[in-house]
Amino acid sequence: MSTPAISDLSPPLLAPGTTRARSTAAAWLALRRDLKLAFRKPAQLVQPLAFFALVTLIFPLAISPELSQLRQVAPGALWAGALLASLLALEFLFRDDAQDGTLEQYVLSGQSLTALIFAKTCAHWLLTGVPLALVTPAAALALGATLDSVPGVLAAVVLGTVTLSLLGAIGAALTLNLKRSSALLSLLTLPLALPVLIFGARAVQQAIAGGSYLAPLEFLAALAVLSVTLAPLAAAAAVRISLE
Amino acid sequence: MTFTWFHRLGSPPYVYGLAQRLAPWCAGSALLLLLAGLWGGLVLAPPDYQQGDGFRIIYVHAPSAWLSLMVYTTMALAAAVGLIWRIKVAHAAAAACAPIGASFTAAALVTGALWGRPMWGTYWQWDPRLTSELILFFLYLGYMGLRASIEDTQRADRASAVLAVVGVVNVPVIHYSVTWWNSLHQAPSVMRLAKPTMATSMLVPLLIMLLAFTLFFVAMLLVRLQAEILRRERASTWIREALKR
Amino acid sequence: MREFLDMGGYAAFVWPAYAVTAAAFLYNWVGARRALREARAAARRRLAAGEGA
Repeated sequence: MSTPAISDLSPPLLAPGTTRARSTAAAWLALRRDLKLAFRKPAQLVQPLAFFALVTLIFPLAISPELSQLRQVAPGALWAGALLASLLALEFLFRDDAQDGTLEQYVLSGQSLTALIFAKTCAHWLLTGVPLALVTPAAALALGATLDSVPGVLAAVVLGTVTLSLLGAIGAALTLNLKRSSALLSLLTLPLALPVLIFGARAVQQAIAGGSYLAPLEFLAALAVLSVTLAPLAAAAAVRISLE
Repeated sequence: MTFTWFHRLGSPPYVYGLAQRLAPWCAGSALLLLLAGLWGGLVLAPPDYQQGDGFRIIYVHAPSAWLSLMVYTTMALAAAVGLIWRIKVAHAAAAACAPIGASFTAAALVTGALWGRPMWGTYWQWDPRLTSELILFFLYLGYMGLRASIEDTQRADRASAVLAVVGVVNVPVIHYSVTWWNSLHQAPSVMRLAKPTMATSMLVPLLIMLLAFTLFFVAMLLVRLQAEILRRERASTWIREALKR
Repeated sequence: MREFLDMGGYAAFVWPAYAVTAAAFLYNWVGARRALREARAAARRRLAAGEGA
């Protein structure tokens, strides 16, 4: 009796060629699949954004409608909101694919799981990080920032959410299939996300104050590069363990 | 083979026996050193010229803070060894580290606050070391929380090992970013507690205390390691022999 | 002796700090011993159950 080879399970659309080319092709497919699926459920996309808008709305109500005062707290408020919104979105990262067995197929496909997880995280970032980054300047304006601050705020949130998505992927992979996972997910992810919060809030603060935000932005970029290189490895290992 | 000792360290019965034999010696010498360090620190060392007798908190604060970091590093190293070579004993050691490290991190936080009150005028200062220590405490809590919420021991071992390794990569990044953040906001009135030079009569008790705390950690690790090994070994005949001792 | 206990006016901070650290030692000592005792008891139960089966 012959058992099917693991490679038989791989998607048939894959281009022939070297292992690396095939892994890249598989990653592209996974990315496109996730984007397509997400646009079928727009509610899931809007939720974190609505949450973010609500958090930023809370600050004027809690502190004062005075724009000069709001400008002071804007960096913290924006980043606290972005951090919580991306945490909220993380729960969707692997949940559906774990439930319907897609993730297991990924593990068995013989393609590089690291590449596939990276693709999934990229899709997640495109669907949550980028919209968040686009909304943040508007929220910053509402909190009293000037138009000049928009490029700085945008760049900081774009770079920061890359790291948040990747760190979050590790946490989401570790808490896969666990009961009461959302509190644990926050407990695991938030301490690791603090550097992003620190440099991100500093960049936004500088952008709003009209100063040079290059230094904190460079740190954010360094964090993003570090997490792009290392986090997918850890997340893939965590997915393997969680599905054992 | 020159490396047989290394292979034996992967064998549960051997490590169990070794831990059982070594633990009392470590605990005993930790106790003796602790008494010597306390005598030296509380009685023999002269009061500090700036902080008076308040500086004596250093003899419990600094070793606790040292343990908090050292234990985390040990835990991550053991976890990585367990993950890479699939050694059950290494996972057991990592699991044994967590509660010890968490308790000394808590002690470092509280003693730091108690030291801060007379020196800074406030219990809590967003000082980079205290802040990093607080984050380290949350890393320990996350590690133990993850472990506690996975039923299967093997899966808990491997999942928490990934977390420990990710955490240990992040600790320097977190510490660095907190220091950077602090240097922007630091109130100038804060007194620098770390002085480059310390009188010998003050330094020697500190070194003794550092050694005593470290040995105490090793002793507690060895005791907890025995428990963790027993939990992981199912139906092994050597357990019958081990339980008689 | 009183002078020693007074810690140059810092008694309210020095002694609680030492007490907290002592508590950490005690917690570890008691906790580790209890963990070992419980693990040994559980292992004994497992062995007994294995023999009964």
